[in-house]
Amino acid sequence: MRSSLSITLVALVVAGCSAAVPASTQTRSAPVAQAAFAVSEPRELLPDEQVQQVLNRLAFGARPGDAEKVRAMGVDRWIALQLTPDRIGDEAAEQLTGHYETLNARTTDLIETYRQVQQARRREQMQLRADGDTTASKQDARRDALAADPQLRDLARRAQRIVGDVQSAKLARAVVSERQLDEVMVDFWENHFSVYSGKGQTRLFLASYDRDVIRPYALGKFRDLLGAVAKSPAMLFFLDNWQSAADSTHPTLATARGAQRRFGLARRPAQQQRRARGLNENYARELMELHTLGVDGGYSQRDVIEVARALTGWTMNPREGAFVFRPEMHDAGTKVVLGHTLAAGRGIEDGEDVLDLVARHPSTARFITTKLVRHFVSDSASPALVSRCAGVFTKTDGDIRETMRCIVTSPEFFSRAAYRAKVKTPFEVVASALRAMNAQPDTTPRTAQLVARLGQPIFGRQTPDGWPDRGDAWMNTGSILNRINFGLAVAAGRVPGASLASWPAAASLRAVGREEQVDGVIKAILGGQSSPETRSILLSGENPLLDKLGSADSSSMAMDDSVPTDEMMAPPRARQAGAVVAKNGRPRANAVSVLNRPLRLEGLAQVVGLALGSPEFQRR
Amino acid sequence: MNRRVFMKSGALAMVTMGLSPSFLRRSVYGMELLRGASTHGNRRGKVLICLFQRGAADALNVVVPHGEAAYYRMRPSIAIPRPVSGAAQAAVDLDGFFGLHPSLQPMKELWDRGILAPVHAVGSPSNTRSHFDAQDYMESGTPDNKGTPDGWLNRYLATRGTCEECATGARQAGHQPSPNGAKPQPSPFEAVAMTPQTPRILEGPAPVIAMNGLDEFSIRTNGSEAQRIEALYRTGSADVVHAAGGEMFEAMKILRSANPQQYVPEHSAEYPRSPFGQHLRQIAQLIKADIGLEVAFADVGGWDTHVNQGGATGQLAARLDDFSKSIHALVTDLGDRMADVVIMTMSEFGRTARQNGNGGTDHGHATALFVIGGDVHGGKKVFGRWPGLEPEQLNEGRDLALTTDFRAVFSEVISKHLGAQKLDAVFPGFENDKARWLGLI
Repeated sequence: MRSSLSITLVALVVAGCSAAVPASTQTRSAPVAQAAFAVSEPRELLPDEQVQQVLNRLAFGARPGDAEKVRAMGVDRWIALQLTPDRIGDEAAEQLTGHYETLNARTTDLIETYRQVQQARRREQMQLRADGDTTASKQDARRDALAADPQLRDLARRAQRIVGDVQSAKLARAVVSERQLDEVMVDFWENHFSVYSGKGQTRLFLASYDRDVIRPYALGKFRDLLGAVAKSPAMLFFLDNWQSAADSTHPTLATARGAQRRFGLARRPAQQQRRARGLNENYARELMELHTLGVDGGYSQRDVIEVARALTGWTMNPREGAFVFRPEMHDAGTKVVLGHTLAAGRGIEDGEDVLDLVARHPSTARFITTKLVRHFVSDSASPALVSRCAGVFTKTDGDIRETMRCIVTSPEFFSRAAYRAKVKTPFEVVASALRAMNAQPDTTPRTAQLVARLGQPIFGRQTPDGWPDRGDAWMNTGSILNRINFGLAVAAGRVPGASLASWPAAASLRAVGREEQVDGVIKAILGGQSSPETRSILLSGENPLLDKLGSADSSSMAMDDSVPTDEMMAPPRARQAGAVVAKNGRPRANAVSVLNRPLRLEGLAQVVGLALGSPEFQRR
Repeated sequence: MNRRVFMKSGALAMVTMGLSPSFLRRSVYGMELLRGASTHGNRRGKVLICLFQRGAADALNVVVPHGEAAYYRMRPSIAIPRPVSGAAQAAVDLDGFFGLHPSLQPMKELWDRGILAPVHAVGSPSNTRSHFDAQDYMESGTPDNKGTPDGWLNRYLATRGTCEECATGARQAGHQPSPNGAKPQPSPFEAVAMTPQTPRILEGPAPVIAMNGLDEFSIRTNGSEAQRIEALYRTGSADVVHAAGGEMFEAMKILRSANPQQYVPEHSAEYPRSPFGQHLRQIAQLIKADIGLEVAFADVGGWDTHVNQGGATGQLAARLDDFSKSIHALVTDLGDRMADVVIMTMSEFGRTARQNGNGGTDHGHATALFVIGGDVHGGKKVFGRWPGLEPEQLNEGRDLALTTDFRAVFSEVISKHLGAQKLDAVFPGFENDKARWLGLI
């Protein structure tokens, strides 16, 4: 009975259906060698808990009505559908991302914009100096240049939007997209292949990185994803490979070939200049340590150098921001990588072979699967599950979709131990709160700045290792406070796009008593899961713990409303208005003030604020 | 009910909930801590304040080698005039060879008091000229190795109390063993960064509080809701989320008792209204609150002076004015407490010895820094071997050469001032030859 049901469900999915599929499609036959969802495996979680589990792990939390939809469709069918995002219409997300000014611009145009503003600033600065103003700063010159030229002003504004647009769009997609698992995967890979917006021009390449590099392969073949990353301007620039060239002790491809063509001598000066920069091992090392094999994956420092040599000449055209292979930078000697010899005199194939080698290495299957299991199941990735699904990774030649299917249909995924076992990252806290409130994100960077304020600026991880994926890394004194204040700010309607007015549950809950309100909020925001203590605290007018202890003086830990904001210690900068994102993607004044202004919550908003600030909401 | 009783009841309640070892590790520091707080520092600890000048400060115009003829040849329009030149705005002489930029006049007073030690020709051995990479290296403490996940200041915190003898020896700030023999728990305010996010230098396993201002450190709603939220985190399970929440409420309570809203600097110290000045003022508040602060961090930008940096006046002069007035105010405000405090400045690299075509300077190599404190051998000399500025003495023919690895300075400071012992763990891969330390402290 069960297996026949599952085959029917596969048929539905393969036919590309959504919940509203007509019954007639069920008669189509299914090409189902991969009727792999293991419905027959015992699952510890109750059906409703399974619904919560998939919405918390394979989506950024539930929007109103999502739990009912998943329940109606069936958890397994919903998973199968999410694993094939092409079959899910996503107009809302597409429409929203169409509204960003710089998101869909060509990289080469962004570079040009940036260049023009820089040039104008320099010209102005020279001019000021010629006029005898010796104290003008970069900022002064920039301001003067912009004041004189409206067209330039427009360009400058555009250049400033680049990081904010990318950050805002990523969050907005996480909130509104119907292809939730795809968004979760994009977030996972952008963290796995982490780049930092604050390093030089990296930010000009971020939109393309998300759109052209990560997104198309998020559930595809790992080798394709790895290859796209290796050739992406964002990674080439961030990890310096774009300027890695053969050491002076090695022949380059162009000298080898050029000598045969007798062009060698004429080209020498330019080559020497380029070659003076020499080999840069940065990308080669991270490629193996962070992107594929893992730090104990069985490579040596010798391998790092050999891989770096193989990847010399993998660079980009700095004006276009596009990958290009430059033979004159490429080390033409023989290399030995992980025991495999790469013959002398070859070109771009050296790098392709290296990517093949590391992508198909058994350490990579284990390393990638471990990270996926840690992200989707629990911090202590079960070795048995890792080994099973790493087997799938290897057997399917690094098929991410099939590896994911193995993980998220496993008994471990639906085990009691994995339930609500993950601590949300700041990005997940913000996205899930907005989803719970049925928020309609705007295209400003304001809400994305709150993610930064909570400690995880989007594309703002300085080191190439990505943000940690363990709960204890996110739970500390400072971070928990900001999370609580964020929850209160959402309930108070201070976060753009989110308000009680746009929250469907509000209409009915406003009219009922406290107990019904509390249960409604627990159901809508905490997925019906709260400890009895939490429920009783939400219910109570008084604080039971403090009552019990008879505390009289602990009431003053809140912001004292009687102190006017102006007299607080806030540095002048924190009071300035305006939503500005610094070059490094970190938040400026605006995000700070959203979380810092004192607020007062009453009635339903109070219950919502408490729920969003509760320990339960910090987990998924 | 007084707070101590509350803490005892709170701790008791937590113990009866059946706590996991990791929960114990992270929590219930309250009793020791409050005792430390309430007795107002009879065992006051040592404090290190690190100040990062982001953007690469022009060391040659900060600590000016006015005895070098080459300095004036290479910087025709931006050099700081010799002290004896009679110029209205000239270098403030230190030792007949070096002087301070005139905007650093307030620092001269610290020199005269014998608590300011400049170090020259110091920095990172890495050849990178990228701000990002160089800051990364100075904060990770591992030049040319980008894989280091944590910062050196956090590694110091994480490794400094782990051995038994260290626990009784080096650690002092509010870390007395508790009467019942439980392991002393650290203060939540041991490490504070006055920055929106934890800076690279403090990333790592040891807990750190990062904040823009002390006023941020509160629940933004009225009293009864704050109480309820506290109750949410104090009841129910004993997991990492609840533990962090519990800690946070303790920290808030402690800070509240320090009453940051009512702070008045002492000794007529006047902090500039700039973000940097205000951040230093708040660091002073935390120190005086005796809540276990051991390491503080703040940063200040605006040093990347490629164009029109100015000489005795102008852009760089304005940055230095804010910088030195802020530090001077901090030292003044702290008064006698400077006996236990060291302030250390740093910047990712120096700038080219020659001025460029735009009246500025480009990315260079070695830089200069200041170490200030009661136990610092200040006011005597500019530390570090001076490599000279003649063409053949320059790094790659263009920058001040490096004679002191920044790790040697940082090691000496954390070792002699804070009592750090595991320098190999703090600066892995660095051969820490104590014979080559500069004798700053």
